[in-house]
Amino acid sequence: MMSNLVSAFELVHSFDASLFQIIGLSLFVSLSAVAWSALISVPLGALIALNAFPGRTFIVVVINALMGLPPVVAGLIVFLSLSRSGPLGSWGLLFTPTAMIIAQTLLVTPIIAALTRQTIEDAWIEYRDELTAMNIGVAARAATLIWDCRYSLMTALLAGFGRAAAEVGAIIIVGGNIDGFTRTMTTTIALETSKGDLPRAIALGAVLVGIIILVNALAWSTQRLGARFSGA
Amino acid sequence: MKRLHTLAALAVLGILSITPASAEDKSIVVASTTSTQDSGLFGHLLPAFKQKTGIDVKVIAQGTGQALDTGRRGDADVVFVHAKSAEEKFLAEGQSTKRYPVMYNDFVLIGPKSDPAGIKGTKDIVAALKTIKEKGAPFISRGDRSGTNIAELKLWKVAGIDIAKDKGPWYKDIGQGMGAALNTASAANAYVISDRGTWLSFKNRGDLVIAVEGDKRLFNQYGVMLVNPAKHPNVKAALGQQFIDWLISSEGQKTIADYKINGQQLFYPNATDPNA
Amino acid sequence: MLALTSDLPMALEHVSVVAGGVRILSDVTLRFSAGAPTVLIGPNGSGKTTLLRVAMGLLHPSSGTMTWGGYERVAPQRRAIVFQRPAMLRRTAAANIEYALASVNVSRDLWKQRTAELLAMVGLSGLGERPARKLSGGEQQRLALARALGRNPEVLFLDEPTAALDPHSTKAIEDVLETIAAKNIKIIMSTHDLGEARRLAGEIVFLNHGRIAETGSSADFFNAPTTSDGQRFIAGELLI
Repeated sequence: MMSNLVSAFELVHSFDASLFQIIGLSLFVSLSAVAWSALISVPLGALIALNAFPGRTFIVVVINALMGLPPVVAGLIVFLSLSRSGPLGSWGLLFTPTAMIIAQTLLVTPIIAALTRQTIEDAWIEYRDELTAMNIGVAARAATLIWDCRYSLMTALLAGFGRAAAEVGAIIIVGGNIDGFTRTMTTTIALETSKGDLPRAIALGAVLVGIIILVNALAWSTQRLGARFSGA
Repeated sequence: MKRLHTLAALAVLGILSITPASAEDKSIVVASTTSTQDSGLFGHLLPAFKQKTGIDVKVIAQGTGQALDTGRRGDADVVFVHAKSAEEKFLAEGQSTKRYPVMYNDFVLIGPKSDPAGIKGTKDIVAALKTIKEKGAPFISRGDRSGTNIAELKLWKVAGIDIAKDKGPWYKDIGQGMGAALNTASAANAYVISDRGTWLSFKNRGDLVIAVEGDKRLFNQYGVMLVNPAKHPNVKAALGQQFIDWLISSEGQKTIADYKINGQQLFYPNATDPNA
Repeated sequence: MLALTSDLPMALEHVSVVAGGVRILSDVTLRFSAGAPTVLIGPNGSGKTTLLRVAMGLLHPSSGTMTWGGYERVAPQRRAIVFQRPAMLRRTAAANIEYALASVNVSRDLWKQRTAELLAMVGLSGLGERPARKLSGGEQQRLALARALGRNPEVLFLDEPTAALDPHSTKAIEDVLETIAAKNIKIIMSTHDLGEARRLAGEIVFLNHGRIAETGSSADFFNAPTTSDGQRFIAGELLI
C-alpha cells in the first residue's frame, strides 16, 4: 500500500503529459456541462419560481426528484438516443466528449434548476411588493432576481459542478472511455483500478479531490468577497 | 467588480464555444475486447499505425459479445474480438462480409498459491475444472459474454458440467472485464480463467499464480471484421479496411509479435493460417 | 392596459376586502383628488394598510370597484409607494435609485444627475456607493422614498413611513414630504402619530374596524371631531 502511495506521489510530481490531458478533458466536460445547464436551468428555475401555472407543483416535484437521477440511467438514456440505431444517431455523437457533456448536462440541470427555484422563490417573497409596485414585467422580474441573487446562485452552480466532476457512470457509457479521447479522471480511476495499476488511480483520485476542494474554495471566497463589496 | 464580471462572462463564453474536434478528421472507432486493451497491446500497436497512415484509432474496450453488439448498432467501424463462434454468427447475420484471423494467444487458469483445489501444474484444463467444482473451490467467472467468458463456458460444457444449473456459491459471476475479474480473484483467493496477455500485464497479483496452462483447448484466436457499410452507411469503410489490411500485413503482424512484457511475447500473429 | 395621463381622481366605491374569512375593509367609499396630503389614521388593525394597497393597485377588492381616472385595473405608471418596511435591492443605494429610474424609462445619461438630486433631497448624499442593505433603518426608509420619487409619481403612497424611526429621521422624512407636497404631488399616507397627522395633513380619513368612521379637513377633525369614536381617538383612548 505504501509503495502505491509513493508511486502516486511521484506520478503527480512528474507532470505526466497524458495525466494532464485527462485532467484537462475532465474539467472541460464538467465545466461545459455546468455552463450549458446554467443557460437552461437558471431562467427555467426563475420562471417556475415567479409564475403560477397549472401543474406547477407537479413540475417542482419532478425536478426535485430528478436531482437524484442515477448517473448510469442518464448515461443509458443518452446512449440509446445517440447510438447510430437510435433517434439521434445521424448526429454521430456517441463516444465523443460532446456526448459526455450532454449526459452530464442532463444530470446537472435538475440540481441547478431546483436550487435556483428555491433561491428565487425566497427572494421573491422579499421583493414582491416593491417589484409589483414598480410595474416590473415578468421577464424583467426574473432578470432582477437572478442578478441580485447571483452569489447564492453560484452555490447552485457549484453543486452542479460537484455532481458532474464526481460521476463516472454516465460518461463511461456514452464516452466509451477511449484512450486519449474520452478518458477523464473518474473513468481512468475506474480503468486503472480494474487493471490493478493503483498508483495511477490513487494519483488521479488525489488530483480530483484537490480540484473539487479548490473549486469550492474559489467559489466560496468569490461569494463572500463579492457579496461584501456589492451588497448582494 | 465589473471587470471581474466581464472576465467571468468571457470565460463562460469561451468554454461554450469550444467544440471538441470534429469526427471528420481521419479516425475510426474499433470495438474490441478488454483483453487487447488491458494487456497494453493497443498502446503498442496504434501509435505505429497512426504514424504510418495518420489515422486515429478510437478503441472502445468491451467484452466480445458487447463489442459485436456495438457493431450491430452501427456504433463502430471495425470489431476486433476473440470468439470464433460469435464472430461467425455476426457474419451469418450479414453484419460483416469477411472475417480475418489476426493473432492468437492462450488462456491460462489463474489460482491462489495455496491451491485449494490441488490442481496446480496439471496440463488438463477440463480435469482441473471438474476438480474445482467437486471441491467447491472459489471460482470467478466474468459473466459478460466476452471472448474469455465464452471460452470458459465452453470448457465447462466439455467437462460435461451444466454450469448454469450446477453452480454453487463457490462460482462467482461478476459481470465485468478481465482486470476486474483478476482483482476479485486476488482479493477472494479464487481461481479465474484469463488470457495470458492481460495476466502478464496485470500489476495487482497478490498471491495469484498460473495454475494450469498449455492445454490445446486453451487456444485463443483473435479475428477482425469490418462492419458492413451496406447495413450501416455511416461506417468508414475505406479507413476501417486500411486498419484491417495493416493488421494482417507483414508489418502489422511483426508489430504484434514485437509486443513483449518482461521479454515475454503476448500475442502470436497468424493471419496467414487458413484454419484460424 | 391604458397609459393614462392621470391616475387622479382615484375612487373607491363600496370597496370591501375579505381575506381568510376576515373582513378587513367594509363598504369603503372614498375619493382622492389632487391637492393637499390625505392622511389615514386609526387604531392598529383598522385597515389602513389594506386601504393603501387597494388604492395603489396591489390588492383587488373582494367587492366594489377601485378606479383611477375613471378606469379599473390600471397598471401603476404614475403612482408609487413607500412600504412600512421597504425592501432594499441587493445593490448600492445609488443602484436602487437607478433601478427605479430605469423602470420609468429615464434615459441612462440622466441617471447620474437625477440620482444625485434624489439622494440630496432625502439627505443621503455621499451614501450612494454604500450597499443599500447596510444602511440604517432610517436611511433605508429615506432611500425608499428617493426610489419612489425616482419614478416621478403623480401620487405617492406611504405606509407609516416614520413608525420605526427616531425623531431625527422622522423630521427628515416629514420635511421631504412637505417639499414634494408643495410640488403638487398628491400624498396619501397612513400614520399612527397624531402629531404627524396634524403636521402634514390637508385631509384626514379616520378608519375604525375596516370602515370609514369620519373624514374631514385636518382643522375640522382635530378641532371638532363629529363622531364619538373620533373624539375618543383624539383623546388618546383605546378603541377596541
